[in-house]
Amino acid sequence: MSVTTSAGVDPGTGVGAGTAAGWAVADSWTMTRRELAHWARQPVQVFVGLAFPVMMLLMFNYLIGGGKGIAGNYVEFLVPGMFALTMVFGLDATMVAVTGDLNKGVVDRFRSMPMTNGAVLVGRSVADMLQSFASLLVMMGVGLAIGWRWHGSLAAVAGAVGLLMLLRFAMLWLGIYLAMVAGKPELVMAVQILVWPVGFLSNAFTVPQTMPDWLGAVVEWNPMSATAAAVRDLFGNDPGVPATSWAADHAALLAVLWPLALAALFAPLAIRRFTALSK
Amino acid sequence: MTDAIVLEGVRKRYGEKRALDGLDLVAARGTVHGVLGPNGAGKTTAVRIMATLLTADEGRVEIAGCDARRQAGEVRRRIGLLGQHAALDEELSGRQNLEMFGRLYHLGARHARVRADELLERFGLADTGRKAVKRYSGGMRRRLDLAASLITEPRVLFLDEPTTGLDPRGRAEVWEAVRSLVGGGTTVLLTTQYLEEADQLADRISLIDSGRVIAEGTADELKARLGGDRIDVVVRDGAHLVRAARLLPGHAGDVTVDADRRLASAPVSDRMEALTRVVRALQEEGIEAEDIAVRRPTLDEVFLRLTGRTEHTGADEHVKETV
Repeated sequence: MSVTTSAGVDPGTGVGAGTAAGWAVADSWTMTRRELAHWARQPVQVFVGLAFPVMMLLMFNYLIGGGKGIAGNYVEFLVPGMFALTMVFGLDATMVAVTGDLNKGVVDRFRSMPMTNGAVLVGRSVADMLQSFASLLVMMGVGLAIGWRWHGSLAAVAGAVGLLMLLRFAMLWLGIYLAMVAGKPELVMAVQILVWPVGFLSNAFTVPQTMPDWLGAVVEWNPMSATAAAVRDLFGNDPGVPATSWAADHAALLAVLWPLALAALFAPLAIRRFTALSK
Repeated sequence: MTDAIVLEGVRKRYGEKRALDGLDLVAARGTVHGVLGPNGAGKTTAVRIMATLLTADEGRVEIAGCDARRQAGEVRRRIGLLGQHAALDEELSGRQNLEMFGRLYHLGARHARVRADELLERFGLADTGRKAVKRYSGGMRRRLDLAASLITEPRVLFLDEPTTGLDPRGRAEVWEAVRSLVGGGTTVLLTTQYLEEADQLADRISLIDSGRVIAEGTADELKARLGGDRIDVVVRDGAHLVRAARLLPGHAGDVTVDADRRLASAPVSDRMEALTRVVRALQEEGIEAEDIAVRRPTLDEVFLRLTGRTEHTGADEHVKETV
């Protein structure tokens, strides 16, 4: 094994050295490609990731849908709620991926290289957003197949998709931050379990009006409920139950503010945590 | 600038624990510098600080002429790192890994591909195809990891316990790679728990314990610090061991006895005189010797002596005692 190296490899400057911003984009793209390469190598995992929310949707619709407390078309009520739930469950995928990386030493190599610092996180974000977008398209397809319809304009549909992706964006940064705080896979498990009550303490499956007052209040202030209610409205799937609280009345506003606030809080915290790996 | 690595008074603490407590270290360009110490001595912390993965609380850290804190980016362009655990993407193939790292070193897509092929060829990994790294053997993984740390021909290469967990063949491969690198002008800093490894590879050695250097020099200089040569006597009948030990020259405190090997050992100043005297004394006492030899001390002995761990280190604990 000989280690003589070829001439002409100039550390750092490379071929056609670009600006810092240019490299930031190039490095982020390289990191995104890394995630895409993972998908290409693990088609089964990708399939399971896409199939899981579909299974939940079918389960709730056919197993529990009969006992709903909603007048009218339950599918139309349930499907948008499941879209929001799918976005919240994306938190889980983000955490697992970030924790896996941090515990495997490959991040050490990234950090010892002259690449753009944040590219690791940007690559993660782009890949996760792509995955969730694909998941959302699949869910919409399945929804249409089991009788869900949108009644609004295409612009309203695009707005709904935008709100859902915004929620996912907030979950992304929350996930990165929590993964870094938790650190070890065992602790991630604990956080994963806590995602369930957050997902279920929402209006995804039924209207808050059917719940005890205090619980209904918690549910209506849940960021996920705001998104679910707002996209129901945009898709034209509103159950027609009159809103009884400020939060329910202003679901669209909260569906924008909640994710923005969460992202504005957790993105800087996550980035600071990442930079502080050298402390 | 002739010194590739300069550490001055480097301190790092984790809460109450002082990982580095005023570490000084200088490595000249194109040399192999060994950092030798027990588990927990601060070797890995030192490497992580030099490789910009950690920042020191105090002290000066200069790598390839650049300050590790203020010019971390410049340092990163000039170093390669082989950590204790494989720093690879286990899901991807060897080629995918090297191409990705090449792009992140800003070689450009085409150049990164060429470089990946070159390195795979050189490290005997060219036929691994699409196989994911997680299916590699330990030796293959180590070679790929080393290849990844050489993508840009680093001026300074950090090897943190590079052969831990490798079989003898894998170890020999890594050693050979290190030797050929240094021939090309790279400075190598190598941490190890294996004295033999430091003895074999390093031009100079820093012995560290509890986060500071307790001795520094070439392997020969360090060995000389233990008072030069030693005489070893192996007796045929274990019952005579203690009696034989009393016949050895030097102060009683310097003589060590290993009951399992029926071996008594003592430092000597004049090799030939000591040898003849011991042979004669043993004959007069009627003690039969299986083997008598005068030898240089091993780095092991230097290390144990300097860290003051003679009586409670390693597997020999129960058999080594002072007479």
